[in-house]
Amino acid sequence: MAKLRQAAIYGKGGIGKSTTTQNLVAALAEAGQKVMIVGCDPKADSTRLILHSKAQTTVMHLAAEAGSVEDLELEDVLAVGYGGVKCVESGGPEPGVGCAGRGVITAINFLEEEGAYDEDLNFVFYDVLGDVVCGGFAMPIRENKAQEIYIVVSGEMMAMYAANNIAKGIVKYANSGSVRLAGLICNSRKTDREDELIEALAAKLGTQMIHFVPRDNVVQHAEIRRMTVIEYDPKAKQADEYRALARKIIDNKKFVIPTPLEMEELEDLLMEFGIMDAEDETIIGKTAAELAAEAA
Amino acid sequence: MGLLNREEAEALIQEVLEVYPEKAKKDRAKHLMVNDKTLESAKKCITSNRKSVPGVMTQRGCAYAGAKGVVWGPFKDIIDISHGPIGCGQYSRGGRRNYYSGIAGVDSFCDMMFSSDFQEKDVVFGGDKKLAKLIDEVESLFPLSKALSVQSECPIGLIGDDIEAVSKKKAVEIGKTIVPVRCEGFRGVSQSLGHHISNDALRDWMLSNRDGKLEPGGPYDVAILGDYNIGGDAWASRILLEEMGLNVVAQWSGDGTVAEIENTPKVKLNLLHCYRSMNYIARHMEEKYGIPWLEYNFFGPTKIAESLREIASHFDDTIKEGAERVIAKYQPAMDAIIAKFKPRLQGKKVMLYVGGLRPRHTVGAYEDLGMEVVGAGYEFAHNDDYDRTIKEMKDATLIYDDATGYELEEFVRQIKPDLVGSGIKEKYAFHKMGVPFRQMHSWDYSGPYHGYDGFAVFARDMDMAVNNPCWTLFKAPWEKPAEATNEDTEALVA
Repeated sequence: MAKLRQAAIYGKGGIGKSTTTQNLVAALAEAGQKVMIVGCDPKADSTRLILHSKAQTTVMHLAAEAGSVEDLELEDVLAVGYGGVKCVESGGPEPGVGCAGRGVITAINFLEEEGAYDEDLNFVFYDVLGDVVCGGFAMPIRENKAQEIYIVVSGEMMAMYAANNIAKGIVKYANSGSVRLAGLICNSRKTDREDELIEALAAKLGTQMIHFVPRDNVVQHAEIRRMTVIEYDPKAKQADEYRALARKIIDNKKFVIPTPLEMEELEDLLMEFGIMDAEDETIIGKTAAELAAEAA
Repeated sequence: MGLLNREEAEALIQEVLEVYPEKAKKDRAKHLMVNDKTLESAKKCITSNRKSVPGVMTQRGCAYAGAKGVVWGPFKDIIDISHGPIGCGQYSRGGRRNYYSGIAGVDSFCDMMFSSDFQEKDVVFGGDKKLAKLIDEVESLFPLSKALSVQSECPIGLIGDDIEAVSKKKAVEIGKTIVPVRCEGFRGVSQSLGHHISNDALRDWMLSNRDGKLEPGGPYDVAILGDYNIGGDAWASRILLEEMGLNVVAQWSGDGTVAEIENTPKVKLNLLHCYRSMNYIARHMEEKYGIPWLEYNFFGPTKIAESLREIASHFDDTIKEGAERVIAKYQPAMDAIIAKFKPRLQGKKVMLYVGGLRPRHTVGAYEDLGMEVVGAGYEFAHNDDYDRTIKEMKDATLIYDDATGYELEEFVRQIKPDLVGSGIKEKYAFHKMGVPFRQMHSWDYSGPYHGYDGFAVFARDMDMAVNNPCWTLFKAPWEKPAEATNEDTEALVA
């Protein structure tokens, strides 16, 4: 069998990580790949399109019910959905209590100990909460976990800031381990010259824009039915986009230690593409009254 | 080896510092000084209450230790819940010998340990619900407790459990005060911050419970602050105050109760023994209730007499006469103790490394026995402690803050004291060096050491350590030089 590849998907909150991951995974499954998704987000919405469920019962939720994580069996937490895709959600607390990061750590340790990463698998995808707010959410990129990171990004300013920050996080772990940046996935928001901009950002980061996923309402249509596009409408043009992404990831050989941009460099890039206006330093720290007085 | 002069003491510090790397040397140099009694303030000579240098075997504890272990633990009718994983609660249980009178598990809970025993799921989902359930269980099992406290362990601060909200809600339900204490161990540089946090929690959640409802206090009402009743210390202190005519309303916290805490705002004078751990609440009561406070020292007859007179000076002649009466009553017994032990201990040198108040407060007791404290240091003191210490110590003695294992060993090796008083972690290192040692945190399973009764025990214990015949047997017979054998034999025969 081929060596198991573990990949983690990061990106700004709301960018479409979970949707993109599940459509990608469905395309991989369609192509005969054996895949597992590990949702690393207390919201537990990383597997619903594969399982047609509202939210999968999570490792941490089951562990809390059973008493401790040691009381669980792998089959309690593992569900199989479209195309034989194995699904696990780490789960975590409701917002504002406890420690979601620890939930991710506990769940991943449990999966490893229980042998969830069996020999038949070709791919494991970790779908990680938008902001890497603490060590727990970096768990998937530590030693012996995901070796390749894909960052979902769009041509919007904050999405690119987030991508650059995630690249900084990868550098830290890349220097001490084998994790590498494997590419940017552009999930289009139809901003101007979006593909060129992301290509340029990828070049600065030392990586590639592995695929440009155009915006298409069929994704939402499928999502309402808790399905991926691949399953809902296999003939849709968008399904082919995800198939293309899947193929590129299967064939991907470009794994790099990223070269994150300095803030100024990133802002220059954004200005070059007209996303951001040049800063007017004369107005910094001025109140409305002061500006009015100056104008008069 | 005789006592060091100033130059020799300075040279010793330099020599000890020599082994450190540059940065550590610079840092540690600020924590070591040669005493100069002419100084008004220690500020220029010693730095304290700073982060320890990693890797040097500091003896410090953490904020939780200062809160649960020191301030809260000895209040006997309060159930202290160690909120977090099991270790902090279990390993802080029953080690401090703070005595109490009462029935364990019925109305007194010092011997018991209550823990929320955090598991993974409690970290991930938060421990608030578990805490609420635990409080219900504690209440049904031990309904005679008078209050509860929630002692935060590290994870509580990391995951942001709202222990204040749980405490408030449950307090209404069970009709008892529940005090949330934010004493997560990673806060601050030592146990000292735990004392402060605990004082603040007592202030905010308990002290003012009876404001407006208290009966007026009597003219001789006082409270003992900062006596943890180690081996019965507070009892040996209390009887003297009572004999001189004072009415001891409260003991903070050794053998103390919730009612005592709540009644403290009516006292006329707060008597503060351990300044470090309870000056905060004393200052607060001075500010809010106008209660003056006074530091006193009940180690050894000289300091006891001084303290009794100073305490009495805050009251009328009845009490002043009472103080003289007490001093006169005990003086013959003290003279007898000194007559017995001083000849055996005269001129013996002592080095101390303890916490709280002892490095300065026991100096007088040693001097009463003819002994001399040649070095003293604190684990977690602040500069105001050193201000007080430089006055108690002789000139050119060593003062060390947050001393490292190496520094202590090296000072002892070079100064060759006849007795070292420090903690259990140091005890066996010095025993192996052949130096008599007393564990001065919990009086080496002895005590009390406070008050006149305590001095009798103190004198006996110091003699027992210093003059123990085992120290003469330290050298293996085969290591003796051959020519010494005859003399030894003669000595034995003689």
